[in-house]
This record gives sequence, C-alpha cells and structure tokens, in this order.
Amino acid sequence: MTTDFEVVVVGAGPAGSTAAMQLGRAGRRVCLLERGPAPGSKNLFGGVVYPRVLDELIPSWREEAPFERWITRRATMLLTDTQALSVDFRTTAWGAAPYNGATALRPAFDAWLAGRAVEAGAVLLTSTTAVGLLRDSTGRVAGVTTDRPDGDLPASVVVACDGVNSFLAKEAGCAAPSDPANYTLGVKEILALPADEIERRFGLCAGEGADFEILGGTGGVAGGGFLYTNRETISVGLVLSLPSLTASGRRPEELLAGFKAHPAIAPLLAGADLVEYGAHLIPEAGVSMMPKLAADAFVVAGDAAAMCLASGLWLEGVNFAISSGAAAAAAVTGALSGGDTSGRRLEAAYRKELKAGFVLADLERLKLAPHLVLSDRVQNRYPQFVCDIVEEIFTVSNPTPKPRLRSLVLSQARRAGLRWRELARDAWTSWRMLG
Amino acid sequence: MTTPMAGEVSFEDRMATTEFRVAPGAHIVVDGDACRGCTTRECVTACPAGLFVPIADGGILFNYEQCFECGTCYMVCNTSGAITWRYPEGGAGVVYRQT
Repeated sequence: MTTDFEVVVVGAGPAGSTAAMQLGRAGRRVCLLERGPAPGSKNLFGGVVYPRVLDELIPSWREEAPFERWITRRATMLLTDTQALSVDFRTTAWGAAPYNGATALRPAFDAWLAGRAVEAGAVLLTSTTAVGLLRDSTGRVAGVTTDRPDGDLPASVVVACDGVNSFLAKEAGCAAPSDPANYTLGVKEILALPADEIERRFGLCAGEGADFEILGGTGGVAGGGFLYTNRETISVGLVLSLPSLTASGRRPEELLAGFKAHPAIAPLLAGADLVEYGAHLIPEAGVSMMPKLAADAFVVAGDAAAMCLASGLWLEGVNFAISSGAAAAAAVTGALSGGDTSGRRLEAAYRKELKAGFVLADLERLKLAPHLVLSDRVQNRYPQFVCDIVEEIFTVSNPTPKPRLRSLVLSQARRAGLRWRELARDAWTSWRMLG
Repeated sequence: MTTPMAGEVSFEDRMATTEFRVAPGAHIVVDGDACRGCTTRECVTACPAGLFVPIADGGILFNYEQCFECGTCYMVCNTSGAITWRYPEGGAGVVYRQT
C-alpha cells in the first residue's frame, strides 16, 4: 500500500469526501478511507439533502448530483392515536433554481461526492476499516492502522469522519464514552411505488417531492416520524430516543408498523412493497454532546463531531457534514503550511472556519431544541391538546351552540394536564431560539 | 419476534431485503457471564436487527451476521463490558443499496 500521505481522512461520507476533496485541491497528498465496499454503503439518513452548501464547493452540483426529487411540499404533522393536524406548505420556488432541498439515496449521493474527491487527487481506499490510531514515540497521532495486511497508514494529520460511533474520536481523547441519552435510533423502510403513483398520492408534479416531518405516532416513545418521496420509492421511518425506546420495551419495527398503520399515513403507503430496511444512530444533542474538535495531528468532523441539527423544525445533517468537512480541510491545510499541527492550533483554526459559516451558529442557537422536542410535553401533551382543540372547533354539535375559544382552550388544557408555567417557559424557550 | 401487523412482512422477510456480506469473524463479542446477571436486557428490545435473543439459562444468544452496524446495543447496555462492539472488517457487513 502507498504510505506517502500527508493526510488520512477516515470515512467517505459527506464530511470525509468534502474534506478529502478540499485537501486534494490544496495540493495535499490525501488518502480517503472507506470501510464499506463503496462510499455510502454503510450510510443511512432520512432522506433530504440541502445542497446550497455546495454552491461554492462544487458549482456544477445542480447538473451532476444524483438527486431523486426536489422538495416542493413540506408538511409538519402532529399525530395522536386517532387525529392528525398538518401545516402543509407548498412553493414552486423550491422546484426551480436555486432550489432548496432534494431527496437522495446515500449510496448514490455519497459515491458521487467521493468521486469529486478522487477527481481532486484524493486516493480512495474502500473495504478498509481504520482500527486505531498510529502514535509516534511521543504519543502523538501519526496516522491510522487499518485491517489490511501491512495496513499502517502514517500521515501528518488524521481527519476523523468516521460517523456517529466515532471510535477514533474516543481513542484520540476528544470524545467521552457515548451517553445513550444523546442519541436517537433511526429505522427506515424503502417502499416501492411507480413514479406517477407517488405523484398522484402526494399531489406532486413530475420530479417534485414531498417531505413530511411528524411529531407523535411513535407509540409513546420519544421521537418522531418521517416520510419522503424518492423517484420510485418512499422513505418512511421513525427516529426513537434510545432511553425512551428501551424503557418502552417495544421493538423498533413494531413501532414503525404502528406508525405506518395510522389512518393519516396508511393510505399514502398502501400496496407499496418493502425493498430495503435499515437503521442508523443520530447524534441528537447538538453542542451539548460535541467532542473536542481536535487533538495534536487530529481533527473530527461530521456526525463524529455531532454536527447534525435535530431541532424539530429543521432536521439537517448532510449539509452540516459537508460544511464541517470543508472547514476541517481548511484548518488542516493552514496547519500543514504553517508547520504547526498541534491540537491547539488545529482547534482554533477549525473553529474559526466553522464560525464563518452556519454549522456552529445554527447548533448554538438551537442548542435547547433537542431537549425540548423530546420532552413529554412536546411529544405527547401538546399534540393531544392542539388536536383536541381543532377537533372541538370543527365539530358541529348542534343544537349546542359553538363553544367560545377561551373556554375550549382552558378545558382542553386541564384535560391535557398542561401547566401554564410550563407552557410559558416552552413558548419563551422557542421564541428565544427562533425569534 | 412479534407477529407482523396486517400488510407487514415477517421479521425474517424484512431483514432479507437488506444485503449483508458476512465476515468470517464476529465484530460483536458478548460476555455471557455478565449477561446472566442482567435483568433489563436493553439490547434485546432495542437492537433494530433483533440480533440478541434471551435463552433459558438466563444468558443471551446473539448473532452478528445481519447487523446494521448502528451501535445501539453497546450504547444501551447497562452492564459494563458485556457487549464489545467494533466495526466489521473492511468490505464486510451491511451494504445498503438505496438508503
């Protein structure tokens, strides 16, 4: 194996491939390691990429990237056992340049992005697992060891983009052992339907897509549901808080089956055959779980650095991974040029790069969101409260005259066990984040 | 596994939709003695691939062949050291086609 690399990037997901691409463009000899047989083969997400982050990195992305459908319909749904309330937004603006979000399949998207890294000069090694860090005589990181024969890969800097479980960030001393409270489990089904049938069921024009984010319907387990349209498949899945899932004693596929059987969901999926099933963890807790971003000759990016936005209203990850990979590459390039790859220098330069973009700004601003979204109030009591009010408003119970909204809200709040102080606090927290 | 709901495939058929390239060696190691003292068995509930099965002597039977490599099992395990989990060797394990 060639061992003449300045930088080893571990993981050819969006963070790693972007980092390798940028390092290659900067003229660095960079190796991009991928443990799957091809980039993307280990990766699973809900389904939407927000690709405007690529405008500067790959200006031709609109013509090249293998997207499924442009999202022109975005619905946020509240589900109770028997009710559903949607805020259903549609705009033609997102169906034309510059576009907004697009559904994608990760094996295709990740392979495309890794291809851009190879084009920029990175050497992609697939089917190769980084099993640990190489250290020099002083204990400083000096590359990685792999599971290939003679598989040591010495390098001046290691960029760990090895995903949500990142064993390298733990080994480097950047991350503490994982606390399950910081993670959610995503389980996802891909269901096949003809393109025109998807367009008919979701009310879409050809090539357009729908994105449904759903609160409730998770069988009382804290989390949420999602539904995305691909070209000829639908992605449907749940995101489940690990502590809440284990406390429930329910199996993930059983919860997903219950969600799919909900009267507001089932008609959309009727008759569609399961073509693939999978699961993946999500780093849910944002800045509160973020590891140290660098050690001597070592930086962390993407899910490995918890750079993933799970805020309820916005659910983004691929764009955060891409931006953090680019920032890590800029920091490493500068450190190599300056001859100082100390952890202090790398962390300062990396944070400066991140602060110039959206990654840290969005995560900092929404740092209270994950906790709020997974609270019992947002998960159970508010959806029931709101759905019951709407049901009462639109139920014509003649000969009784229509109830006053004020008495309706008060009686439903009592029924849902809401405390005004909690409601006020949650409203204030939300306003502070969004306002 | 539980009986599937109407319109749902069996758990075996569900798992058969996903491609796994089985490595010769296991990437999950379970300490059977540690498991026998465990009453909560989070791994049995939470593993999305259903790889952990309780057996009569109080231990846990597991297989690694159809692992999604998500990491849920070792994160939810409350018995320190009971589950040792690493990535399978390069090229082996789950190979998603459409996710």
